[in-house]
Amino acid sequence: MTNPAERRKLEPWQDPKAAPYVRIDHVTKKFGDVYAVDDVSLDIFQGEFFSLLGSSGCGKSTLLRMLAGLERPSAGRIYIDGADVTDIPAYSRPVNMMFQSYALFPHMTVEQNVEFGLKQDRMPRKERAERVGEMLALLQISELRRRKPDQLSGGQRQRVALARTLAKHPKLLLLDEPLGALDKRLRESAQFELVNLQERIGITFVTVTHDQEEAMTMSTRIAVMNAGQILQVDTPTAIYEYPEYRFVADFIGLVNLFDGRVMETQDDQVLIESSLGRRLHMRDLHPHAIGTPVTVAIRPEKLQICSTYQENGTNQVKGVVEDIAYLGDVSIYRVRVSPEMLVEMTLTNVHPRTEQALTWGQEVAMEWSPTSGVVLTE
Amino acid sequence: MNRSRWKLYLFLALGLAFLYVPVLLLVIYSFNESRLVTVWSGFSTKWYGELLHNRQLLDAAWLSVRIAATNATFAVILGTLAANALVRHGNFRGRTGFQLLLAAPLVMPEVITGLSLLLLFVTMEQLVGWPAGRGFTTITIAHITFSTAFVAVVVRSRLSQMDRSLEEAAMDLGARPLRVYMSITLPLIAPALLSGWLLAFTLSLDDLVISSFVAGPGSTTLPMVVYSSVRMGVSPQINALASIVVLIVSVAVLVAGLLSMRQQPTAKAN
Repeated sequence: MTNPAERRKLEPWQDPKAAPYVRIDHVTKKFGDVYAVDDVSLDIFQGEFFSLLGSSGCGKSTLLRMLAGLERPSAGRIYIDGADVTDIPAYSRPVNMMFQSYALFPHMTVEQNVEFGLKQDRMPRKERAERVGEMLALLQISELRRRKPDQLSGGQRQRVALARTLAKHPKLLLLDEPLGALDKRLRESAQFELVNLQERIGITFVTVTHDQEEAMTMSTRIAVMNAGQILQVDTPTAIYEYPEYRFVADFIGLVNLFDGRVMETQDDQVLIESSLGRRLHMRDLHPHAIGTPVTVAIRPEKLQICSTYQENGTNQVKGVVEDIAYLGDVSIYRVRVSPEMLVEMTLTNVHPRTEQALTWGQEVAMEWSPTSGVVLTE
Repeated sequence: MNRSRWKLYLFLALGLAFLYVPVLLLVIYSFNESRLVTVWSGFSTKWYGELLHNRQLLDAAWLSVRIAATNATFAVILGTLAANALVRHGNFRGRTGFQLLLAAPLVMPEVITGLSLLLLFVTMEQLVGWPAGRGFTTITIAHITFSTAFVAVVVRSRLSQMDRSLEEAAMDLGARPLRVYMSITLPLIAPALLSGWLLAFTLSLDDLVISSFVAGPGSTTLPMVVYSSVRMGVSPQINALASIVVLIVSVAVLVAGLLSMRQQPTAKAN
């Protein structure tokens, strides 16, 4: 186990004494009558790889653009490294942004693109050339220096865009859907590269993405946004295992949601009468009062085939396999447990598919343990 | 299928012939020996020679070129400003009105534009003493009024195609707005500025109606000379002159086309 001091260094948000590097303080952005960002407060710490996750139109890009200075908040303040930057225009902020389209200047070579920001700072020519060389080497694109953007592949463009934004040694790097324009295969390797790069240069990254997988693999922490508000800020593990809202549970990965009502509580254990027509016994980290309507969220991979099925057993349910989605490593089984309810269960394909026990139309009983899900109210 | 293909080519040929055979005939007859425009009597370049000694025609041509160039330059500046306002400044107050006013010269009958401008110039001369008389200045101003509208259309379409994030990226990298405009926006819309300039130049060069209204004594443009001399009977000199104009315009259009073709792929890349 890591000791507490080391843990605080790795997870500064756990340390009550750590000063945030970026502080978003009750920021609101209105476009006409529409609240794109609605009273958002958020602390981001130095060295983090922070992701804003949400579907399109949730306000994540607007929030990022306000950090860059491309939009001005309607209310609230933004601090970077202790300084209030709310009224500082984009061209004077110690922040650089990589655009979703990469926004490489089509009339300039790779080299000129990377040099552009340094020129604006009136850096001497010799120093400039050195820095450009450094950046091109860092991203392994030195041999492309004389090419124009339209002579580059998608992956190469991404590297040039990164080199250009890193060239000025920003305090904060903002990335808008950094991998969105890459194809799937390239995206996976680029994820790891981006994380390695970030660890090597130690600059704080804030990314915006709608791809939950991307956010999970890359981030130190994730903020899940919906309708202009931040619902939950947590590590990828916590977001996945302990979502605090139905929306978060539903947005990240697959989930089975069972509605019910609290019947009995004892310490952190809770007994719920569910819409499945049976009782569920769960651990509840935020104990709810008896009678509260709640939702139990269970991930499909937390379900197991039950060998001791009883008509009234808690945390058990029976149904008929209706659909099977074979993904190679795992299969997702959609089991009809009642006329209006399907339950999803993921099983690892230990045996080749043809030899698997479960098939269409087969009756199957499933169960889960009290600690394998969460109890939610909203 | 082959049959219908053959028919398609025929219709294409007919269409092109309808458009370009008259021009071609005009060019061919400029090399005609005979004084009669419609009778071929042998090859000669003498009309080009005579054209070079026709002071009246040459003066008119020079005046037209000066007007066209001045007009094109001002039209590009004003048209670009207008396009910028429309594309880059969102829904400002009176945007729709501005748009309508800008587009009006495109659909306004030339006779009305010409007449109203003439009345304006006359009134202004009486009130403030400028412009004194009618000539180069008044014709140029008149041409700018409608050329600007055409330039604005061309530049506007280019600007709205341009990825906004290019300018934002430049700003994010530390460039102030003016710098962003000079080093990112202008180079990227340059092909549109050039084609706008050429368009304004040609529009001005062949304008007859509006020029006739606002021209004064001693400021006869080329189309006016051509028009009045054709009424006296066409001289093969006019053919020669027209051929030269056709040549210049063709080259200009070709250059503009090539330039925009070379710029297109890079503009799309992002």
